[in-house]
Amino acid sequence: MDASATLNKLTERFPGSIIEIHSYRGDDTAVVKKEDILDICTFLRDDEALLYNFMMDLTAVDYLGKEPRFEVVYHLYSLKYNRRVRIKARVSESDCSIDSIVPIWISANWFEREAFDLYGITFKGHPELRRILLYEGFQGHPLRKDYPIKKRQPLIGPTN
Amino acid sequence: MSDLAKDLHTEHMVINMGPSHPVTHGTVKFLATLDGETIVDLKVDIGYLHRGFEKMCENGTWQQVIPYTDRLNYVSPLINNVGYALAVEKLIGIEVPERCKYIRVIASELSRISDHFTNVAASGLELGAFTAFLYFVEARELVWDLIEMLCGARVTANYVRIGGLKNDLPEGFKEKTREVFKTCRGLWRDVDKLLTKNRIFIDRVRDVGNMPADEAIAYGFTGPCLRACGVPYDVRKAQPYLVYDRMDFEVPIGETGDNFDKYLVRMEEINQSMRIVEQALDQLPSGPINLDMPYYRWQSKDDIYTRIDSLIFHFKTVIEGIKPPPGEIYFAVEGGNGELGFYLVSDGSGKPYKCRVRPPCFPLTAAMPRLMQGRLIADIVPTFDMINMIGGECDR
Repeated sequence: MDASATLNKLTERFPGSIIEIHSYRGDDTAVVKKEDILDICTFLRDDEALLYNFMMDLTAVDYLGKEPRFEVVYHLYSLKYNRRVRIKARVSESDCSIDSIVPIWISANWFEREAFDLYGITFKGHPELRRILLYEGFQGHPLRKDYPIKKRQPLIGPTN
Repeated sequence: MSDLAKDLHTEHMVINMGPSHPVTHGTVKFLATLDGETIVDLKVDIGYLHRGFEKMCENGTWQQVIPYTDRLNYVSPLINNVGYALAVEKLIGIEVPERCKYIRVIASELSRISDHFTNVAASGLELGAFTAFLYFVEARELVWDLIEMLCGARVTANYVRIGGLKNDLPEGFKEKTREVFKTCRGLWRDVDKLLTKNRIFIDRVRDVGNMPADEAIAYGFTGPCLRACGVPYDVRKAQPYLVYDRMDFEVPIGETGDNFDKYLVRMEEINQSMRIVEQALDQLPSGPINLDMPYYRWQSKDDIYTRIDSLIFHFKTVIEGIKPPPGEIYFAVEGGNGELGFYLVSDGSGKPYKCRVRPPCFPLTAAMPRLMQGRLIADIVPTFDMINMIGGECDR
């Protein structure tokens, strides 16, 4: 597995968008600017030498106290070259939105709904952004670090 | 007559196959918009079994996550345990002894066998093949007897530890496995004779739920459903972990991806998994099963009760948790349904900063509306069964 081929091609093609790269424990990771996420993902999927056709996972991490607060993490896998890469995009709390990558990989649909549900990050251009794991009347976004684990929700029920 | 039908003003009816339903294999709600019996649109609602796995993991230590992983894919709990332990070991940068690797492979494959038995049995049951269900449930009971011999519990195994295992193989395990596999193979042949060439079964499952390979990849399919579409992706072969690179096994591939291919792929995988277990038992080396690093895996009870340094390590790792260095990793194993990935973020303290599970059946369930476009309402049953959506894994 040629570990840094992906990162080399990425830094070559998008020099201004890459904030940081590393390969901790052999996992190639690139932190990118959230504005360029659509271009970067299209490049990763379509370029002949990369061909990342699987979007394995899309999640978010809440780094409370750091600015920008959230980090949306994409895990990609290339079937042909048997490589994995992780793309991270920082999203701040005040402008808590990022472009949706559903036009590129349709598997992102439910994963983005889950990130919205649990973290409150809006995905611009998502066809149907609503809660998926929690019920509709739920208030708040539970996986944020400032959501206490024992917090109660208001009672819901039929309105007569 | 058909002119009359065209002038009849009919509306589409929305039917709710609610979260608790005798034939849906888990708590999922389907809202089917029907034109007669044909499905025009299908909406899938999950989340009825969401228990907050990630939030609870962030509030306990790294070792306390292991019983939570049992409850993810509760028909193959040992695979989840193994996946999580391997992910934490990758984060720390350690490797377990050889004997431990072989026993983890045996445990994973036994779990996979019981997962596939359960799936084929439940699918048969929901299509009316009660005998096939009973035969495979008997086979599953025998495999669960083996797992109970190994770790004391049939479903909530809690067997794998970070840096080792809970206990070694018991006496007589190898002989018992051979007997059990003989019976299981006999039962496999019986169910094969009952279902594989059965006209009624084939009419229900053939040409339903098929998906072209590149669309399946775009939807994020992995595991038996993807292999049924013809894509030869198996994490055990592509990125081997533990000792899978030393095992001789094949990965069955289907052609069209319809429910019949998914059934055949799962049946053949049972045979291959039995081969792996037998090879692993033959090749099993002797040696320790736990890593000798008291910072991460505490020592035996003899040592803890008699030596002060072991006691101190035990106390610190139980109270504060083991402390992997800060960083993040992603590690994938081949679960019963596909690629089970763990994304762990550590900040150097004893509690996980983030412990994410990539559930293999989440994208499969998301593709249900696409698979059911234009089909009959009765096709929901075999398609949804063959996806093998496990509520605990999809909703976490």
